Amino acid sequence: MSTLLQLLGSSLGKKYLMAITGLVLVLFVLGHMLGNVQIFLGPEVINAYAHKLQSLPAGVIWGVRLFLLLCVFIHVWMAVLVTVENRRARPENYSVKDNVQNTYAARTMMVTGLILLAFIIFHILHYTARVIYDYSDMHYDLHGESVHDVYSMMIQGFSHWWVSIFYIISVWLLCMHLSHGVSSMFQSVGLRNEKWRGILDKVAVAYGWVVFLGFASIPIAVLAGLIKPL
Amino acid sequence: MNLDAKIPDGPLADKWDNHKFSIRLVNPANKRKYHIIVVGSGLAGGSAAATLGELGFNIKCFCYQDSPRRAHSIAAQGGINAAKNYQNDGDSIYRLFYDTIKGGDFRSREANVYRLAQLSGNIIDQCVAQGVPFAREYGGLLANRSFGGAQVSRTFYARGQTGQQLLLGAYSALSRQIAAGQVEMYNRHEMLDLVLVDGHAKGIITRNLVNGAIEAWSADAVILATGGYSTVFYLSTNAAACNVTAVWRAHKRGAGIANPCYTQIHPTCIPQEGDHQAKLTLMSESLRNDGRVWVPANQADRSKNPGDIPKEDRDYFLERKYPSFGNLAPRDISSRSAKEACDEGRGVGSTGRGVYLDLAEAIERLGRSTIEERYGNLFEMYERITGENAYERPMRIYPAPHYTMGGIWVDYNLMSTIPGCFVLGEANFSDHGANRLGASALMQGLCDGYFVIPYTIADYLAEVEPGAPDPQGSAFREAEDVVRDYTQRLIGMGGKRSARSIHIELGKIMWEYCGMSRTDEGLNKALEIIPQLRREFWENLCIPGRDSELNAELERAGRVADFLEFAELMCRDALDRNESCGAHFREEHQTQDGEAVRDDDNFTNVSVWEYKGDEQSPVKHIESLIFEEVKPSVRSYK
Amino acid sequence: MNLLLKIWRQSGLQTPGRLVDYQIEEVPEESSFLEMLDLLNEQLISSGEEPVAFDHDCREGICGTCSLTIDGIPHGPERMTTVCQLHMRKFNDGDTITIEPFRSKSFPVIKDLVVDRSALDAIMQAGGFISARTGGASDGNAILIAKETADRAMDAASCIGCGACVAVCPNASAMLFTAAKVSHLNSLPQGKPEKDRRSLAMVKTMDDSGFGNCTNTGECQAVCPKDISLDFIAQLNRDYARASFSNLLNKK
Ligand SMILES: Cc1cc2nc3c(=O)[nH]c(=O)nc-3n(C[C@H](O)[C@H](O)[C@H](O)COP(=O)(O)OP(=O)(O)OC[C@H]3O[C@@H](n4cnc5c(N)ncnc54)[C@H](O)[C@@H]3O)c2cc1C
Ligand code: HEM
Ligand code: HEM
Ligand code: SF4
Ligand code: F3S
Ligand code: FES
Repeated sequence: MSTLLQLLGSSLGKKYLMAITGLVLVLFVLGHMLGNVQIFLGPEVINAYAHKLQSLPAGVIWGVRLFLLLCVFIHVWMAVLVTVENRRARPENYSVKDNVQNTYAARTMMVTGLILLAFIIFHILHYTARVIYDYSDMHYDLHGESVHDVYSMMIQGFSHWWVSIFYIISVWLLCMHLSHGVSSMFQSVGLRNEKWRGILDKVAVAYGWVVFLGFASIPIAVLAGLIKPL
Repeated sequence: MNLDAKIPDGPLADKWDNHKFSIRLVNPANKRKYHIIVVGSGLAGGSAAATLGELGFNIKCFCYQDSPRRAHSIAAQGGINAAKNYQNDGDSIYRLFYDTIKGGDFRSREANVYRLAQLSGNIIDQCVAQGVPFAREYGGLLANRSFGGAQVSRTFYARGQTGQQLLLGAYSALSRQIAAGQVEMYNRHEMLDLVLVDGHAKGIITRNLVNGAIEAWSADAVILATGGYSTVFYLSTNAAACNVTAVWRAHKRGAGIANPCYTQIHPTCIPQEGDHQAKLTLMSESLRNDGRVWVPANQADRSKNPGDIPKEDRDYFLERKYPSFGNLAPRDISSRSAKEACDEGRGVGSTGRGVYLDLAEAIERLGRSTIEERYGNLFEMYERITGENAYERPMRIYPAPHYTMGGIWVDYNLMSTIPGCFVLGEANFSDHGANRLGASALMQGLCDGYFVIPYTIADYLAEVEPGAPDPQGSAFREAEDVVRDYTQRLIGMGGKRSARSIHIELGKIMWEYCGMSRTDEGLNKALEIIPQLRREFWENLCIPGRDSELNAELERAGRVADFLEFAELMCRDALDRNESCGAHFREEHQTQDGEAVRDDDNFTNVSVWEYKGDEQSPVKHIESLIFEEVKPSVRSYK
Repeated sequence: MNLLLKIWRQSGLQTPGRLVDYQIEEVPEESSFLEMLDLLNEQLISSGEEPVAFDHDCREGICGTCSLTIDGIPHGPERMTTVCQLHMRKFNDGDTITIEPFRSKSFPVIKDLVVDRSALDAIMQAGGFISARTGGASDGNAILIAKETADRAMDAASCIGCGACVAVCPNASAMLFTAAKVSHLNSLPQGKPEKDRRSLAMVKTMDDSGFGNCTNTGECQAVCPKDISLDFIAQLNRDYARASFSNLLNKK
């Protein structure tokens, strides 16, 4: 037990946890994005997809949700611990500071992360708990079965311009977070070297952009009127 | 002064083994009752402190740097010799022994040198076990190179950082003992006096360089491993704070100094540019393996672009004068030849004090990439310092003070003339005679620390009752007061000049009159002006700040003060040694073509100087060198 | 060349410091950065002022003593160069140069630009060694070590312990230093028996010494005078994980 505590309490242990939870979130975000862009295939497809997910046994749904929640929680918790310690490690700062190769994304992980956290809370209240706007009476007729109309919910949701802007900004921050995070994750668990670093850094940036474009395309399309309400 | 070298009996090859058997051992249970002070954490001090700690003694180790890992041993680039004969090229203990004796121009003690050669192999084994990443061949065996003109490949190396890697090995062993509580490490502490109780070395006085505290430390024995004194020349390849202080203060307490005039001038350093300069940087001698050294044959060409000087107008002076050794001639000889060429007005560079080291032909022959692989880091360093690209233009080099063979006289057990005061590494005089071979200093430092002192100190300890004296005792109090008064005197002078400016002046005097070549006239002149400069120092010094805090000027002043006294002894020794031998070149004693001429009848000996008090002439004592095994011959590299 | 220097002056740990302006004239272009500071100090001494304290010794880029932050970059603007090897020709006449100490909680300021880096020694004492008793070694060639392995160990071992990696790291993390030290020994066959113990102990001491956590920003390698690679950080991450897990599983 004490060994475990030593591991988790160590600087490296925290990083492992961040990397592993980060990986879970990274995969989730990609899957979620791919799911969401099905909106461009029409109401039928996206609603069917959403329905399929929602009809999974409650145990599975809640299991996944709790797991994700736990990951976010651990990720954030570790991020806060790490950041607090890091601040403490340099009580007196430089009067003049220059960066040699450090990217903007790397320097702002905590900021982008915290805004993302706020976004996630808002987002769950918005689309999962649906307490920000009421989307309860949206129904769609899927081959005779009346299911929740996710298609219309998204269009309605993004028709408030401030919501859309907030989403776009948030996914942009996500893009930044990932463009450092994805490569960093490999380094943290020791799976990166000089040769792969360059490649992974590019992959991370590409990943960030893909996620950004995928997610951002939805509010943009709604605002631009490219996806029409039913 | 008792100069019994205590050389063991028996045939040369058996002396060390016989000795090891005959010396007393300290009972393991008793070891922890003994306390030993080690001053210095370089290869010699670090390895000694670690090994003695490992054996169970209680060690206190001191260094002036902020970490033991920064001792100047760290700067050694080239490599370390060992008679392993891994290359099957005819090397042997005997050959290393002979080369060292000959290289030292027959001015060292046979028994010591033989022991050094004998133990050299163990050093490599020990360092490998510690994780020193020596260069390897593809098959996984240790790689070697030939170095400093040796005709066999016996030099082990770790890229261009052999010194750092060996020191890290010793430092890691030391760190282990510090963690185990066997060694207490005191960084940023400078030893300012040696304390004797009933004629035996029993402690030291230090100044804490952070808060200025003057403290006394006691022990059953004291080991000094404080390095060389090349910085007496101000400009040298040594670190800024290298000093003679510990050695000098021990000398004042009764330790004889042997052959102080033996100083090695290294041929391949980057020339000085101006008066602002604080340091001369060594370019590894390995460059001489592929480079050709030349100056323009005609004075008129000296400021021409070297590329525009045709081959026939170049004087490859080493190749011309020493056809068989050529550019690989030993250090003293190469240095002197370069100086001669410059004295003739053919030197290059803005100051006229430089010769070309040209790798153009090697680049052409082997391709730039090979040269880059071999010497890339050196070329980069050269460019950083001079702003010139050595792939396009030959490097300029000039000799610079580098190593001091002289030092505190020690017997076969490495004990000085003060009982209980042992001296290791560059600080002692022992093994290199009048000139040191490349890659042999690292070997000596580690040999002393890992393999000699652990045995020989036991012989001394076995005869003294364990129990370090009380550091509050009268001898300590008195020494503390002396140091405190001295410090007060330094800081209270309120003059105008910085210690550095006086050091620079001293350096110029030493370089001019006691440098690469020396004359009766010049040395007498130096002996006249050094005391004047010393007076100037003691009248006109300015040290701002207080003594109760970190005060770099105060530290420097203390070191310069000692150099000002020591320099005089150096010149006196150089004057007294009325012959040329090894690195000590007296112009009066040379052949027609400028080769050194020894006077074996009168000078096959070690000059050991005894301190007789301030402003008193020191007294010379002699240890005769007896050559039973080799016959002193004329050292020729033609 | 003429320069305006803004230098951090601080008389001791307890006292607050500040930047002080100094004008310096006629600095030779060939001089090194530290020689420029020598000149300044001579100037200060001649006017009876206290010279600027800064650490230095070998002045050839190997002892790791020199430790200045120049315009926000430890060791200054030139890559793979310690400040003692930095030369003034890299600057322009009329430049303003800010000089500060290496900053980190674990490197308390002793005076002006001099800091205490003994925390790095403490990390070494925790496990930066191979327990090889003097005299107990077998022949140097008894263990074959592939050239690649020896070279890699050498790459790591070339760290000069200057602490610039800590000074530049946005988190004041000592990961590059520690990783270099651990990897040097862990890479070699001689270092294998103590590998796990070493990784665990050195990281623990690093953490306990108050250094920050690495977030993989890579600044450290960029200023490291010996270009120690981030690969060693990855290697340490790996070695530490392996050591922790084997400890977890093998607990008696
Ligand atoms: C640039 C350069 C390159 C070299 N290259 C080679 C090479 O390739 N091969 C080779 O064999 N040799 C080489 N040498 C020589 C060799 O490095 C040294 O002779 C050797 O390392 C000296 O080791 P040491 O332990 O005696 O002294 P050092 O390593 O100088 O250690 C002296 C120690 O004493 C301490 N000290 C000094 N004075 C005091 C005091 N008053 N109070 C407290 N502590 C004090 C210092 O802090 C330090 O820890 C080179 C030397 C130089 C300068
Ligand atoms: C969708 C959500 C998120 C994803 C996909 C994600 C992903 C990642 C990844 C992959 C890493 C790299 C881990 C490593 O280097 O080992 C990382 C690091 C980090 N994350 Fe997140 N994260 C998310 C949310 C957050 C949140 C909400 C916070 C903050 C409060 C946060 C703060 C951080 C911080 C500070 C780091 C820095 C660690 C580093 O630089 O390596 N992240 N994140
Ligand atoms: C334009 C972008 C996005 C859209 C249109 C979108 C859409 C949705 C929808 C419709 C749901 C509800 C699913 C349901 O319960 O039926 C949902 C849930 C969720 N989204 Fe998003 N999302 C977007 C971006 C993001 C981002 C960037 C993140 C993470 C950083 C994220 C994280 C989540 C999470 C954690 C849930 C809860 C999952 C669950 O209910 O188990 N989403 N999203
Ligand atoms: S890793 Fe580089 S920057 Fe850090 S201490 Fe070592 S040499 Fe200095
Ligand atoms: S700069 Fe700092 S964040 Fe890590 S990669 Fe280097 S230690
Ligand atoms: S002074 Fe030694 S590395 Fe700079």
